[in-house]
Amino acid sequence: MNTQVVSASSKAYVRQEPAAVLPPPGSLIGPLAWIRDNLFSSPSNILLTVVAAAVAYISIPGFLNFLIFDAVWTGADREACIAKDGVVPGACWAFVRERVNFFIYGFYPVDQRWRVDVFFVLGAIGVAWMLWLKAPRRDIGMIYFLVVLPLVSYYLLGGADWLGLSAVDTARWGGLMVTLVVAGVGIVASLPLGILLALGRRSKLPVIKFFSVMFIEFVRGVPLITVLFMANTMLPLFLPDNITVDKLLRALVGIGLFASAYMAEVVRAGLQALPKGQYEGAMAMGLGYWQMMRLIILPQALKVTIPNIVNTYIGLFKDTSLLLIVGIFDFLKAIETARIDPQWAAPTTSTTGYAFAAIVYFLFCYGMASYARAMERRLSVADKR
Amino acid sequence: MSSVDAPKLGGTGGDEKPHVAFWNDPEKRGYLFQALLFVFVFFLVYQAADNAITNLTKQKIATGFGFWNNTAGFDIGQRLIPYETTSSYGRAFWVGLVNTLLVAGIGIVLATMLGFIIGVARLSKNFLVNKLAALYVEVIRNTPLLLQLLFWYNAVLKALPEVRDSVAMPGGFFLNNRGLFMPEPVFGASFSWVTWALAAGLMGYFAYGRWAKKKQERTGQQSPVLLVGLGLVIVVPLLIFFAAGQPLSFNIPDLGRFNIRGGVQVYPEFVALLLGLVIYTAAFIAEVVRAGIQAVSKGQTEAAYALGLRPGPTLDLVVIPQAMRVIIPPLTSQYLNLTKNSSLAVAVGYPDLVQVFMGTVLNQTGQAVEVIAITMAVYLTISLFTSLVMNWYNSRKALVER
Repeated sequence: MNTQVVSASSKAYVRQEPAAVLPPPGSLIGPLAWIRDNLFSSPSNILLTVVAAAVAYISIPGFLNFLIFDAVWTGADREACIAKDGVVPGACWAFVRERVNFFIYGFYPVDQRWRVDVFFVLGAIGVAWMLWLKAPRRDIGMIYFLVVLPLVSYYLLGGADWLGLSAVDTARWGGLMVTLVVAGVGIVASLPLGILLALGRRSKLPVIKFFSVMFIEFVRGVPLITVLFMANTMLPLFLPDNITVDKLLRALVGIGLFASAYMAEVVRAGLQALPKGQYEGAMAMGLGYWQMMRLIILPQALKVTIPNIVNTYIGLFKDTSLLLIVGIFDFLKAIETARIDPQWAAPTTSTTGYAFAAIVYFLFCYGMASYARAMERRLSVADKR
Repeated sequence: MSSVDAPKLGGTGGDEKPHVAFWNDPEKRGYLFQALLFVFVFFLVYQAADNAITNLTKQKIATGFGFWNNTAGFDIGQRLIPYETTSSYGRAFWVGLVNTLLVAGIGIVLATMLGFIIGVARLSKNFLVNKLAALYVEVIRNTPLLLQLLFWYNAVLKALPEVRDSVAMPGGFFLNNRGLFMPEPVFGASFSWVTWALAAGLMGYFAYGRWAKKKQERTGQQSPVLLVGLGLVIVVPLLIFFAAGQPLSFNIPDLGRFNIRGGVQVYPEFVALLLGLVIYTAAFIAEVVRAGIQAVSKGQTEAAYALGLRPGPTLDLVVIPQAMRVIIPPLTSQYLNLTKNSSLAVAVGYPDLVQVFMGTVLNQTGQAVEVIAITMAVYLTISLFTSLVMNWYNSRKALVER
């Protein structure tokens, strides 16, 4: 070896250092090459590009003009947003700015709204604790999210005499707050119920299996709106005369049952994805059914199905908007009420209200979807290892 | 419930079963749990029924399905089967059901077409096409359907011009805030000949297709199925149409000052619901299609090219059949979702089953239990029927493993 190197280096025409790596030819890198590859690689591709560019050119500037450049940002009433000199301005954000408290709190008493704010903060802490996988003491976080937070929120929002919090009837709750309360209750209630139903569906005991399958298939076979109608009109019928159920509670029961049936199918998919050896291994260790589920099966089954669970939550969050049909004053209902207010009667008020609602729903849902995607990537990395 | 199984240690002695208390025997405990659950559910149902009967008698609400034949007394805007205010509640039910099926049927066809286009665009190598499709999917999937419906109905269709300022489109179409007015086809007496020719052409096309497939499997020779099919299904009925003296005319809507006479009116409620359902569901179908195509490994395409197949047949014979296998189950559930979501019609006032029956009829009769039970039964039947059909189709297309 050594002698070869020496003999090679003694010859003047042998290169001592490796040649510098040449950059690829200019036609293969850089923005121009990228454009050619991605936009103009073939005649059909050129045609596609032209069509897509036309679509983008027609739609995107229009959107931006409406939402930002031609929009009205300040104003006290409809005068700001009506057509001037025959030109209809863009989005009437002044309307949203004036009504934003109404959109968030509904008819909640103004001097008590700090309670809702505290609820938002507590909820955000709980969500962050659960979602951030490296957070300290996530076991306490779990208890906080599933037990402490619902109880505290119940007294905080509804009122508690022994804490000096005046009672606020649920009929006065409204806006985004109601949407978040309903979504939160659905999220907290549907997972445990869904797990129980999924376990029931896979149970070897025929009666338990039968009831689980019946419930899941029945609920999944009908639209949510019929379930809500049922909770709204039939629940009071089924209960004794002297018990009256709060309207919001009825809707919560409907949404919770509906979401848990869908959650059951998601959890079942996770359970089915586990190899049989996991069950057999757990049984061989002498674990009982609930120990096996709690320590071996569910942690793995839920982990692989987290993205699907989050997707179910996204569906649940969007479905809360259906509450307006059974007369609950949720976020969308607040928008619907405000947009037909004569004080803000202007050509773009409705569209602005809907645009604002869409942005808010989008932020929540897209946030959840991004989390699900990040989780999916994380899991796939773990699987590759 | 969380009692712990004592680990059964074998080897205490022969075949003799160890003595365990019955609550430690999983089998007996299973019976106990089931019995408890059964009693609990039975008790719940009994209590609910008992309370319901008490409450109903107290509120003097009739029970049973006697209301079915009572006079409804309300009007329904869009009806495909004859209905008047003097018709019965039962008739109103059928009108609502037909309207639901109409919007769901058209919605499924349109959503499938749009969804497949967007799904393929989402996989396009073209940067612009890809990103536009992704934008569409993200925005539509992450906002509630109800919001979109309200937007289409209240912000778009209600903002259309009044009747006298209708947007006139070529071919006798008029668009205004009362809907879309279209020419109404009027069929002459001899038009039935064309219908028969069309039916015969379709049957001939299928028969020829089967024969051509058999022939190709036997000899490897291809037949011009598409050309012959076009001839049988389009050219022959057209020839008969002209031979019969063009027995088809159009009743073109006539724009008046305050009203439009003649033609077919498509109600804005229907348009809003259809638009919302199609656009929303198409975003989900696009994701289903994308996942399905991505599930076919690249090696399949490469192998097909290596065998000398051109890109068209590769897609037709290799990629799509395999992708369909992955696509069909979730596609079915999207179809069912669309059908169930059509119940949101109540928000825009489209007279579907829920709006007519669970809305108006329920309010008028007060018979919540019966009305909701019937409505739910209809949706359950649709769901189960679709599942059955799709399972049958799926089992035919499923991978036949060794």
